[in-house]
Amino acid sequence: MAELTFDELSVTVDQHPIVRELRLDVPAGEVVGLVGPNGSGKSTVLRCVYRAMAPSGGAVRLDTTDLATLTPRESAKRIAALTQENSVDLDFTVAEVVAFGRTPHLPGNRSLSARDRDVCRDAMARLDVLRLAERSVLSLSGGERQRVLIARALAQEPEVLVLDEPTNHLDLRHQVELLTLLRNSGRTVLVVVHDLNLAAVACDRIGVLAGGVLVASGTPADVLTPELVREVFGVDVVVVRHPENGAPQLLHSLSTLEVDPDGQRA
Amino acid sequence: MDGSVLGFAVALSVVLVGSVLVAAGLGPAVIAPGETVRYLWAALTGGEIGSDEVTTYQIVWQIRTPRVLLAAIVGAGLAAVGVVVQALVRNALADPFILGVSSGASVGAVGVSVSGGLAGLGIYAVSAGAFLGALGASLLVYLAARSAAGIMPLRLVLTGVAMAFGFQAVLSVIIYFAPDSEATSAVLFWTMGGFGAATWGSLPVVAVVVLAVLVVLRRYGRALDVLSLGDETAGSLGVDASSVRRGLFVLAAVATGAMVAVSGAIGFVGLVVPHVVRILVGAAHARVLVVAPLVGAVLMVWVDLVSRTVVAPRELPLGAITALVGVPVFVVLMRRRGYLFGGR
Repeated sequence: MAELTFDELSVTVDQHPIVRELRLDVPAGEVVGLVGPNGSGKSTVLRCVYRAMAPSGGAVRLDTTDLATLTPRESAKRIAALTQENSVDLDFTVAEVVAFGRTPHLPGNRSLSARDRDVCRDAMARLDVLRLAERSVLSLSGGERQRVLIARALAQEPEVLVLDEPTNHLDLRHQVELLTLLRNSGRTVLVVVHDLNLAAVACDRIGVLAGGVLVASGTPADVLTPELVREVFGVDVVVVRHPENGAPQLLHSLSTLEVDPDGQRA
Repeated sequence: MDGSVLGFAVALSVVLVGSVLVAAGLGPAVIAPGETVRYLWAALTGGEIGSDEVTTYQIVWQIRTPRVLLAAIVGAGLAAVGVVVQALVRNALADPFILGVSSGASVGAVGVSVSGGLAGLGIYAVSAGAFLGALGASLLVYLAARSAAGIMPLRLVLTGVAMAFGFQAVLSVIIYFAPDSEATSAVLFWTMGGFGAATWGSLPVVAVVVLAVLVVLRRYGRALDVLSLGDETAGSLGVDASSVRRGLFVLAAVATGAMVAVSGAIGFVGLVVPHVVRILVGAAHARVLVVAPLVGAVLMVWVDLVSRTVVAPRELPLGAITALVGVPVFVVLMRRRGYLFGGR
């Protein structure tokens, strides 16, 4: 089990600061949600974890190790990612795509061992795609493909999972199942979610990004207040408690979204 | 490698050896496969042949065998490089020549033959010109397509296509100002391709390059698979897409340059054989990279045989025959298997 720490992480692209001095802890075994408006830097933060981008300042640490000191393969053995790339170019079967998750564990071109196959089979079963194993990924629906790619990330057997909008394309049942699975996975999870109500029930902690700056972090109940949602998202909401688990849930009243003839919000 | 692919590979290897023997025996003078084998055996082991057979022996050993072997090598190389380039630029329509290689090679070859440059290389001057032109074109495409974020697949394709137009323009200008029609026929040869110039002397370099590339590619199977998920996902699996792309780009450019230098730009094989093989054995590169070179080699041997025998002594352009044979096969396979590349 590993803890993920953002230590003054800054990312600058073409002189534009995208993320500024982010300090955030993802404790071992917890699910932390990252929320914020479009373009607030959420995906950039995740990219620094799965090594698609390098920090321009600060560091991302896995326990005490600076990720920048690990080779891509070393960090891929410990961190798996679901990116926003939801397409596959070639006509691979579902089983083949899930088996790509074993790549960091297989030096060179070594073929899958019996254990590798078991790991893949288990991952497919958990994402409810085992019956699709021999189907072409290109023939699947968007939601099915998303589940295949998540199974691929699980097959990597990572200590840390980072997921960029994993509930995209998923129907309600699979959204709930996925977040349940993340909660019960025992792994350290950092996830970007757009649905604040789902985030509130699924995450131990939530970090709120706006303009590349972490404006709040803490338990869902601490963070998801009407004032913060107003400030960050520019929307008025009513916050109620979930009758069973006490998680904050946001109710929208459409009147706040009405647009007057000048295009201004009423 | 699993059993079915091994079976495929063994069967295709047998077919390839048989095809080479048959093709070496066929032509204006027809020589039975048994005789062909005897001549080849004599040539390899230093055995004796009768004095009345010297002419046919010369035809088989000096003229046809290098030509057939060259066809097999180039067919194998084009198919393998086609697989690699399609995976690199993530585009189903890519082929080895999309990187600007073929038109660059034509400019190099025609430039040398018209200007008389590289004269120190003797009979290899034009081939050397083609090779240098191919590498120069690849380098230009690479530099133009490069950005801070690495080489973007789409940018690579677009740059290659744009450069090809540029080189075509240069070719037109050379032909326009060339004093004789020699330049025109040289351009035709380099852009259409052919094995008519094959000799034992032209074989070793391209054979070594193609075999080396095939061996190196065996290590890249899984990396090429993973690239099809996108660069970021590949990175999250420990595969640095940019460095894989850079390395394989160099490999593809050198191999294509070496092939173009001896045979001109033979179209279609590098485009269609990868697709046909994926339809037959699935998309996994560990399998495709074993089967595709064999299919390419067999196809090329037969295409070359048809091109030099159908209207002998004239030769049909290879590209015309590859397309005539390949298009129907491809369309039938594609429709029957419901083949998908990049979506529905």
